[in-house]
Amino acid sequence: METVNSPILKITELSAWFGANQVLRNIAMNIERNTVTSIMGPSGCGKSTFIRCLNRMHDLTPGFRLSGGIVYDGTDIYSDPIDPVALRRKVGMVFQQPNPFPRMSIFENVAVGLRLNGKNMPKSELAGRVEQSLRMAALWNEAKDHLSRPGTSLSGGQQQRLCIARALAVEPGILLMDEPCSALDPVSTGKIEELIEELGERLTIIVVTHNMQQAARISDFVAFFLMGDLVELDRSAKIFTNPSDKRTEEYITGRFG
Amino acid sequence: MAIPTGNLKDRLFERATALFAGIVLALALLLFALLVRESLPALKKFGFSFITGTTWDPVAETFGALPFIYGTLVTSTIALLIAVPLSVGAAVFINDFAPPWLKGPVSFLAELLAAIPSVIYGLWGIFVLVPLLRDHFMKPVTRVFGWIPLFKGPVYGPSMLAAGVLLAIMVVPFILSVSREVMATVPQRQKEAVLSLGGTRWEMIRIVIGQHCIPGIFGATILGLGRAIGETMAVTMLIGNRPDILLSIFQPGYSMAAVIANEFTEATGDLYLSSLIAVGLVLFLITFAVNLAARWILTRLVAHASRGI
Ligand SMILES: Nc1ncnc2c1ncn2[C@@H]1O[C@H](COP(=O)(O)OP(=O)(O)OP(=O)(O)O)[C@@H](O)[C@H]1O
Ligand SMILES: [Mg+2]
Repeated sequence: METVNSPILKITELSAWFGANQVLRNIAMNIERNTVTSIMGPSGCGKSTFIRCLNRMHDLTPGFRLSGGIVYDGTDIYSDPIDPVALRRKVGMVFQQPNPFPRMSIFENVAVGLRLNGKNMPKSELAGRVEQSLRMAALWNEAKDHLSRPGTSLSGGQQQRLCIARALAVEPGILLMDEPCSALDPVSTGKIEELIEELGERLTIIVVTHNMQQAARISDFVAFFLMGDLVELDRSAKIFTNPSDKRTEEYITGRFG
Repeated sequence: MAIPTGNLKDRLFERATALFAGIVLALALLLFALLVRESLPALKKFGFSFITGTTWDPVAETFGALPFIYGTLVTSTIALLIAVPLSVGAAVFINDFAPPWLKGPVSFLAELLAAIPSVIYGLWGIFVLVPLLRDHFMKPVTRVFGWIPLFKGPVYGPSMLAAGVLLAIMVVPFILSVSREVMATVPQRQKEAVLSLGGTRWEMIRIVIGQHCIPGIFGATILGLGRAIGETMAVTMLIGNRPDILLSIFQPGYSMAAVIANEFTEATGDLYLSSLIAVGLVLFLITFAVNLAARWILTRLVAHASRGI
């Protein structure tokens, strides 16, 4: 285990292919602990592919191949002894579309991860973890009186917070979010943004977003991708005021993309 | 007129399709009416005991259909108990585990099974399945578990079990193809949700089936049940054709479809004929109810799926 101040993720020379199509090229970046990093870039530049490398979500995709290193807390996550199932408990994920399980109650939706892999915790402890996760996801006050209602009975924005609670329940160190607000209305989006800022104090968040204002509001760091290359990674303030690369500047000023 | 109502051709076409639909419906009603009319003598004579009576004796002109109803239900139940797990397992394998090059051939073969005439299944059953079951399953099982009524000897070969196993093989293609379709409709993001929480592939399959596929699999099961209940030839050839209610599945039995097929041409008396038609009426009603239930469940499934997620 490394010291608290060292990066939680070290990515070196990461390249990825779907069949013969190279989607990521020699990506290198460090992600600091307890920060929020936004991944930006035009559609199809490989943002989703990139974050899905971090929890080995492509493992079952036929034709996917990757080279390079992703080191999480000192361990290469693609090295042999690493079990992707265990890894995904450490690196959680929230998807673009809210995807609660339709036949599970709100409570069960949050508890589902805690019941996987034959794990069984006492009822009271489970209830505690569910409450804690719902609180962290800022959904407790709205949901506490109808925990036994179906998860799908919530509004879209609430469903997305439910999915965040579900991901938080297994206590990951990193939370990956792929355009978590793109299916939501502005009010719900605002709530999720607030939530991301808060959560960023206690865990590491990597969030893909197309929305520059959003990236500016919520992130400590911004990475700009273009056609499979990492063009620039810097403090958010620097990227939006004084980017080093011309292509970044063109993108944020809306001249392309 | 604000909204044009389509041209003449469209309207003619609409009329024609309505006509055909009407003809089909009328035929079904006619068939039902005929069955009722022809079975009236038997139903009048025996009343409700036609269904509860256990004696089928053409010589004494006593007709009770329970042995056939029993045989039909037992063989269909055996068929489903085997076919449902087999089909669901195969569907999971084809959808989630088979390498891409194997998917096509496996599902093609499974669907081919549906096209084989049932008399061929019957022949195969007599020459292959019955000896196989008799020597390698029924005999050893009776030797050890013969004290359990369900597995009591003596073992002849033709039996409710043999008919049930053959039926299972015959309904697998139907349950398999519906199960596969249902599983294929599960959104990728639901599967990924389980994986992203640290679920194994098996947990992913279990949760996703529980969340999305149970009604569909249930509907598929009822569809298979409908087929199993009505299957005539293959069952006639394997069930042993004995109108008794025996608890042991190793013993011969008789089914509704089989008794009609076997005895119709030799039914001499009017009451005998009427009783056979009444068996047909019972079979018709059961099949109808089963198919109605299947339709209902499947429409509910569609409504559920279109609600999103
Ligand atoms: N499963 C897959 N199989 C084959 N090619 C894929 C697959 N997923 C993505 N790709 C390809 O990889 C490239 C990058 O896709 P990716 O989804 O990572 O882009 P993105 O930056 O997330 O885009 P968007 O902003 O539209 O979400 C695209 O050209 C896409 O066609
Ligand atoms: Mg994407």
